[in-house]
Amino acid sequence: MAQILLAIEGLTVSFDGFKAVDDLNLYIEEKELRVIIGPNGAGKTTVLDLICGKTKATSGSIKFKDSELTKLPEYKLVQLGVGRKFQTPSIYENLTVFENLEISYPKGRNVFGALRFKRDDVVLNKIHEIADMIFLTELLEIQSGLLSHGQKQWLEIGMLLIQDPELLMLDEPVAGMSVVEREKTAELLNKIAKGRSLIVIEHDMEFVKQIAHRVSVLHQGKLLAEGSMESVQANPKVIEVYLGH
Amino acid sequence: MNKYLLSLFKNKSGIDLLIISLIIFVIFPLSMDIFRLNLVGKYLTFAFTSVGLVMLWGYGGILSLGQGIFFGIGGYCMAMFLKLEASDSVSTAHQTTPGIPDFMDWNQLTELPTFWMPFHSLTFTLFAIVGIPIIVAYIIGISMFKRRVSGVYFSIITQAIAAIVTILVVGQQGFTGGINGITDLKTLHGWNINTDSAKYILYYINGGLLILTVLVCKYVASTKLGRLLLAIRDKEDRVRFSGYDVANFKVFAFALSAVISSIGGAMFTLQVGFMSPSIIGIVPSIEMVIFAAIGGRMSLIGAIYGALLVNYGKTAFSESFPTLWLFFMGAMFIGVVMFFPEGLSGLYVSYAPKLKSWFEKKFIKDKSLTNSSVKRAG
Repeated sequence: MAQILLAIEGLTVSFDGFKAVDDLNLYIEEKELRVIIGPNGAGKTTVLDLICGKTKATSGSIKFKDSELTKLPEYKLVQLGVGRKFQTPSIYENLTVFENLEISYPKGRNVFGALRFKRDDVVLNKIHEIADMIFLTELLEIQSGLLSHGQKQWLEIGMLLIQDPELLMLDEPVAGMSVVEREKTAELLNKIAKGRSLIVIEHDMEFVKQIAHRVSVLHQGKLLAEGSMESVQANPKVIEVYLGH
Repeated sequence: MNKYLLSLFKNKSGIDLLIISLIIFVIFPLSMDIFRLNLVGKYLTFAFTSVGLVMLWGYGGILSLGQGIFFGIGGYCMAMFLKLEASDSVSTAHQTTPGIPDFMDWNQLTELPTFWMPFHSLTFTLFAIVGIPIIVAYIIGISMFKRRVSGVYFSIITQAIAAIVTILVVGQQGFTGGINGITDLKTLHGWNINTDSAKYILYYINGGLLILTVLVCKYVASTKLGRLLLAIRDKEDRVRFSGYDVANFKVFAFALSAVISSIGGAMFTLQVGFMSPSIIGIVPSIEMVIFAAIGGRMSLIGAIYGALLVNYGKTAFSESFPTLWLFFMGAMFIGVVMFFPEGLSGLYVSYAPKLKSWFEKKFIKDKSLTNSSVKRAG
């Protein structure tokens, strides 16, 4: 059996008494591509917020390799190898695509390191390699605010890839993309999943079928079902609350 | 750094820097008497604060309404040194306690307070002018940014600190000179700072330091740290979730702007010959923001023009309408924020090329006209 990379146990968070995530257990293996689905308000995004430290858990534990994530500040989590893409593309719109990738490059991460940081060949090669993967080689010098919605999504994925995280979390990566862009994104995700674990939140079932190794279904902050896409789609409980009749 | 200096003079920003240097070092000294030049020198000490604010507010997106505190730290450090030198036992022989500053004597102090002692040394004073603002900014910065205090809350707190510091300085008259400040300063290490020649020299030192400050800031802005500040301003969360401890970068920007303001304050004391709480409180702190806003908050050189113009306006306007000036300045600030958010530099960037092409068109048209008329005549 493959190694467990991320182990979530008894995870609970309540906002003013409302339990957005309720006693959740979730295990992600190394190099696994997991898709989380579920109706609106199921707590999908909250789970990602909890893993990356944006929201603090009320109780429970999140273990990544040997570290307990619930006690670490966000930037330390990232340095351990946890990357998170937000639902709306979150890029630096006033900087060029190149500069966006450069800032994300994991070197010169403290104040004086950043002052001394140089664009050497290693950095340049890495930026070009990533730009190639995310289909933006031609647009490196463009101010990123001018990119299309889909291209912004790719750029943010690229900004995470350049940090080479072991666990990458993507919140609705194909939302607002055209059909062609969706296909390219599926291809991209399948490519990057080879070297790392991925957690993807997605609503588009066609897209989920293209990428998912396993699917977890969340409902009201709890795990409803888990397994292959076929088994989940055949599960009567899932049909009841989410997929519809 | 050398490569950076070279690159500077190949592009447009090098030319802008050259123009402002010419104005400060050649045009002003040639066109003004020493009284007016000294006044300009005073305006330029405020330009330090607005240059610092460009880094902090323009790049970092952090609006501090308490830059007067740091201007005051530099100013008071320098004033304390100068005051001690002016209070030697010969010239203060008539006091109850000779050898201490006059205002202490009036306030029944019989010995120099301990915290004044190190200011007998010029070396210590110079280190204090750079070191104390860094320490103060670090403490304020860490305690606020680590707790994610930002935006308008940060502005209000810095403003409150400016108020507190002013009240403290005014209240502790025996230690600080109170509302009158520290006055009657004479010599710097035996060199009389009130002569015309000293004023010229101080003016040039001030201008030189200001240009140097702009160069350092331009360098910082050109590094990854400069781009990170912009990134933090735009999408703080993305920077945090890219593995950066955002608070440290904000503290750096705050401390940088603090040191720059402090140097300006020290030069203020040297050129104007006194330091008082009226220059460090809430109103002057807001004025400093206005200089930067009017110059253009993303433009280091624009900040200098902003400080010069607004201060000139203040002098000219408040001579004739002293009560109206505050309203006028408020209106100017609102106007800039509403209609020219990029300030003067924004106007320059958007209209200079149009003006240039208009001139060229006119010039070329004239030339072609003369050519054809020459032909006809031939």
